[in-house]
Amino acid sequence: MWPVTDAAIETSGLTKLFGHQRAVDALDLSVPRGSVFGFLGPNGSGKTTTIRMLLGLAAASSGGIRMLGEPMPTAIASVLPRVGALVEGPAIYPFLSGRANLLRLDAADRHASSRTRRARIDAALERVGLSHAADKKAHAYSLGMKQRLGIANALLRPRELLILDEPSNGLDPQGTREVRALIRSLADDGTTVFVSSHLLSEIEQLCSHVAVMSAGRLVAQGTLDELRRGEQRIEVRTPDAAAARRVLQQLRLVVDAGSESGTVSATLVDGVLPEHVTAALVAAGVRVRGLALAGAGDQGNWLEERFVALTGEGFDVAG
Amino acid sequence: MSRDEPGSRPLALLGSELGTLFRRRRTIAMLAALALVPILIAVAVRVTSAGDAGRGPAFIGDITQNGLFVAFTALTVSIPLFLPLMVGVVAGDTIAGEANLGTLRYLLIAPAGRLRLLLIKYAAAGIFAIAAVLVIVLVGIAIGAALFPIGPVALLSGDTIGAGEFALRALLLVGYVSLSLLGLTAIGLFISTLTTVPVGAMAATIVLAAASQIADALPQLSAVHPWLFTHLWLGFADLLRNPIGWDSYGQNALLQLGYIVVFGALAAGRFTTKDILS
Repeated sequence: MWPVTDAAIETSGLTKLFGHQRAVDALDLSVPRGSVFGFLGPNGSGKTTTIRMLLGLAAASSGGIRMLGEPMPTAIASVLPRVGALVEGPAIYPFLSGRANLLRLDAADRHASSRTRRARIDAALERVGLSHAADKKAHAYSLGMKQRLGIANALLRPRELLILDEPSNGLDPQGTREVRALIRSLADDGTTVFVSSHLLSEIEQLCSHVAVMSAGRLVAQGTLDELRRGEQRIEVRTPDAAAARRVLQQLRLVVDAGSESGTVSATLVDGVLPEHVTAALVAAGVRVRGLALAGAGDQGNWLEERFVALTGEGFDVAG
Repeated sequence: MSRDEPGSRPLALLGSELGTLFRRRRTIAMLAALALVPILIAVAVRVTSAGDAGRGPAFIGDITQNGLFVAFTALTVSIPLFLPLMVGVVAGDTIAGEANLGTLRYLLIAPAGRLRLLLIKYAAAGIFAIAAVLVIVLVGIAIGAALFPIGPVALLSGDTIGAGEFALRALLLVGYVSLSLLGLTAIGLFISTLTTVPVGAMAATIVLAAASQIADALPQLSAVHPWLFTHLWLGFADLLRNPIGWDSYGQNALLQLGYIVVFGALAAGRFTTKDILS
C-alpha cells in the first residue's frame, strides 16, 4: 500500500497558453490518493493538454504541479517511473511485434530491471489479454489490440498512479468490461487511477471522484456523491414569491429566473440542506404552501444531464 | 520504487535503439544499396577492362592492377551523394520519426530523459554512418579480391605497402569518412527536433549537404570554404602517402567537432524545452 500522506496529483493555477488562447485556465485539481478519479470534459476542453503538462510533455505557462508529493516537472526522473500512462491513444512501432514494442519502451526507463524485463512484459500482456498476439507485427493489430498494448505499457511496472486517457477507446463491449475490471482491481491494490473518458456511464460505474472541464476551466470537482447532490433542486410554492426569492439568494442559492408566479425554484449547493431553507423561509415570514425537492441524481442519466448543464449544449467543439 | 532496480542497465536503450534501427527494412535496404556501389564499379571495370587513369573517378585506373582499389574508388564515388543521402535519412528520422509515430511521448514518459534520448539517438545515427562507410569498404575489398589480382598497394607517394599496412590505411580512411559524416549527422539531429514530419527533416538535411558542396565549388565564395562542413570530405589523400600526413585529418576533426558542438547544442536546447504535442 502506498503512503496516504497527500494528494496523488495537485495543481495550483495551472495554465497553458497557445498564443492568446487559454487551453487550460487556472486549474486547481486535487486527486486524492487511492481514488479512481474521472476527468471529464467535451472535446477541446483542455483535458489532454492538462495530462500532457502533468506528465512533463508540455511546459505550463504558469502555475504548479505536484505529483506523488513531488514537484513536476522538476522531479520528473523520480516521479514518472511510478506513473503509468496512456496519453491520447496508444502509439506503436508498426514494424515491431507487440512484445518488441514493450521491450523498447521498457528499455527507455533506465531504472527498469533488464533481468525481469521479459517476465514483466509477459505479465502485462497477459493482463490485457494480448498474449496470443504478442509476436505479431503491430501494424496488423486492430484498434482495440493497439489500445490493449498501450494499456499493457502503462502496467509494465507496479505503479502508484495510472493516468489513462480514454482507455476504452476502440474496444469492443467485452474489452470495455475487461478494462473496467482491470481498473477496479488496480484501484483495489491501492493504485490511484486518473481516467479521462467520454463514456459517462463508465465513469459513473468506476469513479469515486470526478472533475469536469469546460473551455479550459474546471467547472466542478468532488466526489461522485457531491456532484450528484449538487444537482438537487428545491421548489417553493408561496404567494410571497419576491420574499422567498430574497431568502434563497441570501442562502447563496442560484434562483431560477423564469420561475412561474407562485413558485420559486433554485439549485441546492453544498452545505445548504432543505431543512435550512425551510427554517430560513419560516423565519422570514414567507407563507410556504408547498416545498418540493427534485434531485437530478434520481434520474437514470443524471451524470449526463449534469455534464451538459456544466459544459453547455451544442455540437460545437470549443475552439 | 523509483530508484534503480537490481539489474537495470543504463545502456539498454542504446541497445534497443540500435536493434530497432538495424532491423528496420529501410536501414537494411540502404546498406544493401551502398554495397552495390563497389560491386557495380568492380563489375563494370572487369567487363570492359577499361581502366583509364585519365578519366573517371579517382583510383579507377588502378583497379585492374590491384583489386583493393575498388574500395577506395567506391568510397570516393559515394561521398558526395550516396553517403549524405543515407545519413540524412537516418539523422532526419531520429526525433521526427518518433514524434510522427507518437512513440516519442511514450519514450519520454517512460521516462527516457530528454537529453539522454537525444544523445542515444545521435550515437545510434553516428554508428549507422560508420556502418555505412564500413559496408562500402569491406564489400569493395571483397569484390576487388574476387575479380582482380591483389597485391602490394602503391601509394600516391610511390611507396608500396603490404596487406597489414593496407588494412591500417583502410581503417584510417573509414575513420576519416565516418568523421566527415558526424557533422552532418548533428545537423540532421537538430533539424529533426524542429518537426514531426520525418521526410521533411530528411530532405532538409540532404539539401544542406548538397548546398554546402555547391557553395564549396564556387570560387566566389572561397572566403567561407574552410567553414563548410563538406570542405574536407574528399581531403583524405594524405592518408595514402608515406609518411601519413595528418594535417587534413586534424583539420577535418576540428571542423566536424565544431559542427557537432554547435548543432548538438542547438538540438539539446530545442529538444529539452520543446512541448511534445504529437
